[in-house]
Amino acid sequence: MQSSTTNKAIATEYQNPPTEHHGHPDYRMFGLVLFLVAESMIFIGLFAAFLIYKATMPDFTKNLELLVPTVNTIILVSSSFVMHKGQSAIKNDDVKGLQLWFGITALMGAIFLSGQVYEYAHMEFGLTEHLFGSCFYVLTGFHGLHVTAGLLFTLAVLWRSREQGHYSAQSHFGVEAAELYWHFVDVVWIILFGLVYLL
Amino acid sequence: MSDAITHHGGDRRWTDYFTFCTDHKVIGIQYLVTAFFFYFIGGALAEVVRTELATPDPDFVSPEVYNQMFTMHGTIMIFLWIVPAGAAFANYLIPLMIGAADMAFPRLNAVAFWMQPVGGILLIVSFFVGAPQAGWTAYPPLSLISGKWGQELWILCLLILGTASILGAINFVTTIFKMRAPDMDIHSMPLFCWAMLATSALILLSTPVLAGALVLLSFDLMAGTAFFNPTGGGDPIVYQHLFWFYSHPAVYIMVLPFFGVISEILPVHARKPIFGYRAIAYSGLAISFLGLIVWAHHMFTSGTPGWLRMFFMATTMLVAVPTGIKIFGWCATIWGGKIQLNSAMLFAIGFLSSFLIGGLSGVMLAAAPFDIHVHDTYFVVGHFHYVLFGGAVFALFGAVYHWFPKMTGKMYQETWGQIHFAMTFIGFNLTFLPMHYLGLQGMNRRIALYDPQFQPLNELATIGSYILALSTFPFLISVIWGLLKGPAAGRNPWRALTLEWQTTSPPSIENFDEPPVLWAGPYEYGIDAELRDEDSIEEMLAEVAEMS
Repeated sequence: MQSSTTNKAIATEYQNPPTEHHGHPDYRMFGLVLFLVAESMIFIGLFAAFLIYKATMPDFTKNLELLVPTVNTIILVSSSFVMHKGQSAIKNDDVKGLQLWFGITALMGAIFLSGQVYEYAHMEFGLTEHLFGSCFYVLTGFHGLHVTAGLLFTLAVLWRSREQGHYSAQSHFGVEAAELYWHFVDVVWIILFGLVYLL
Repeated sequence: MSDAITHHGGDRRWTDYFTFCTDHKVIGIQYLVTAFFFYFIGGALAEVVRTELATPDPDFVSPEVYNQMFTMHGTIMIFLWIVPAGAAFANYLIPLMIGAADMAFPRLNAVAFWMQPVGGILLIVSFFVGAPQAGWTAYPPLSLISGKWGQELWILCLLILGTASILGAINFVTTIFKMRAPDMDIHSMPLFCWAMLATSALILLSTPVLAGALVLLSFDLMAGTAFFNPTGGGDPIVYQHLFWFYSHPAVYIMVLPFFGVISEILPVHARKPIFGYRAIAYSGLAISFLGLIVWAHHMFTSGTPGWLRMFFMATTMLVAVPTGIKIFGWCATIWGGKIQLNSAMLFAIGFLSSFLIGGLSGVMLAAAPFDIHVHDTYFVVGHFHYVLFGGAVFALFGAVYHWFPKMTGKMYQETWGQIHFAMTFIGFNLTFLPMHYLGLQGMNRRIALYDPQFQPLNELATIGSYILALSTFPFLISVIWGLLKGPAAGRNPWRALTLEWQTTSPPSIENFDEPPVLWAGPYEYGIDAELRDEDSIEEMLAEVAEMS
């Protein structure tokens, strides 16, 4: 085993770990990634159910209007890049830049959600008309809930960024977490769009 | 330590256990006590079921009430007893075993715990609106026509408990990966931590799929969709796939933590190193992985195509390989050891024999032709009680006795503990062994009425279940006597080597007053003291001298 000197050196490191958050090392990003693994399994389960219906039931698929969702897809995918500019800004201690890019992201997220509401309002079938309709509303609705959550995270970051020095080049976990979550919601949408609208 | 009677739990007051406390030790005990509370409710429901089955006619309760009883019994025992009891030991032990001050996310941890009573109360409330009757599996279309609000409360309860389970798993994985004492590499951490890693991986990957299924079931129930309702064009088989994608792994979620517990208890009380550390560690991960690809063996009679049955039959039988590796490892561990037959060790050895029977009948059930013959009979009921009671619950009681001195600073009452074991072992086998024969003879599960030819063995099972119920009393006597009058346990009454025994009993709020020292591997029993670091804690050295 270790000699006493190494033990003491290790003990010192143990008490003063390298990166700290409220006096203990920051594992929140690791935890968030695990959470997103779990989240993605809900979507995988729902997608699997959708695909089983599609594979086993004749006349399951109904045609969907593509214009609004395609525009929505472009907006949501671009918003991920816009958001990343916000994180790059805070890495240079540029809080104004963070606010600008996160503000635009939030706006784009809101436009996406409005587009979805518009789409629902003009849909020719309701929730219980047929199985495809039920799948459509539950899948897009569940994803919409996630966009809403991501939008709230983004707004929370904006709200907190008003305070001087809340986010800095060294400490901006909230920014990174909101961005990772947004990317996750974005990737899920791309798969969902492919399965529900295109396939 | 000095006034441990008034300050039960180290520097904790008893009122702390009713607060949103972020100390993992408080949360662990909160989980354990809550789980026991629901165990007694679930046990009472089981006694109603067994009393009803003492005679062939549905004369003790009506068939509807009988349905409610076994549905609630199954749900409570799985989601409010065994799963949270595993989380209880994980919360209490992981930080102590790896030399950390707390879990990675203490507040998240407290949130996860407080979701337990909320979920439990929702489930109990369903008794007042007509409890669910569709079994713990809630297969549609039965679950869609047997009482709307009871079923919806059941769904909400499971969604809440499932979320709690996921939040717990995030904490366990992060803590195990990131917060080990600096000189503890992953291959020198206790096997319980390995077991919790395997369990948490399953929770993270499978529980969300159940959540998805339950949300869809909820839509069918409340909004009139037809995802699983054949009348509206839906497919009940899809529910079965999604449900079992969680609920088969759930068996491993329930039993893997207790495999970990067994790997801790056996070496300590046999005074021998664990046999095959890496084999036991990795076989847990192998069980996790295989556990994710065996779910349709619950659906051999659901019109599953032949080639798919073959696949799931083969993967299911493969699970016996890593499980067998563990069993052989444990047997080799106690082989030739200085076995101390105290209550903890008795339950651990009871686990070995009972779980072995459950595991072997599992291999029988994996064979599709045999499974089709006994599907939904008492053979299956006997099998899974040998796995979950003979496996998980035996190890759970072993764990309670083994870590009782650490958690309370007192020793439990040994004689009453041994009486508890004897009654549990006899009652358990009397209750569940006849079920195998009843199932082979064709007695259906989940039906209050049965053919009179089955009555004698059912009476035997009912008597066994009463002995099992009575065995609770010696348990309570042993631990309550221990709490009130038990002699002080000291830091390390078992002379064990894992880190939790290096600190005081009960541990102080920050667990270790000074960073714990890894002076030996977790299972290096019977190894020469002079090979060890001279700077080790003095009293530990004294114990080594005592051992060798």
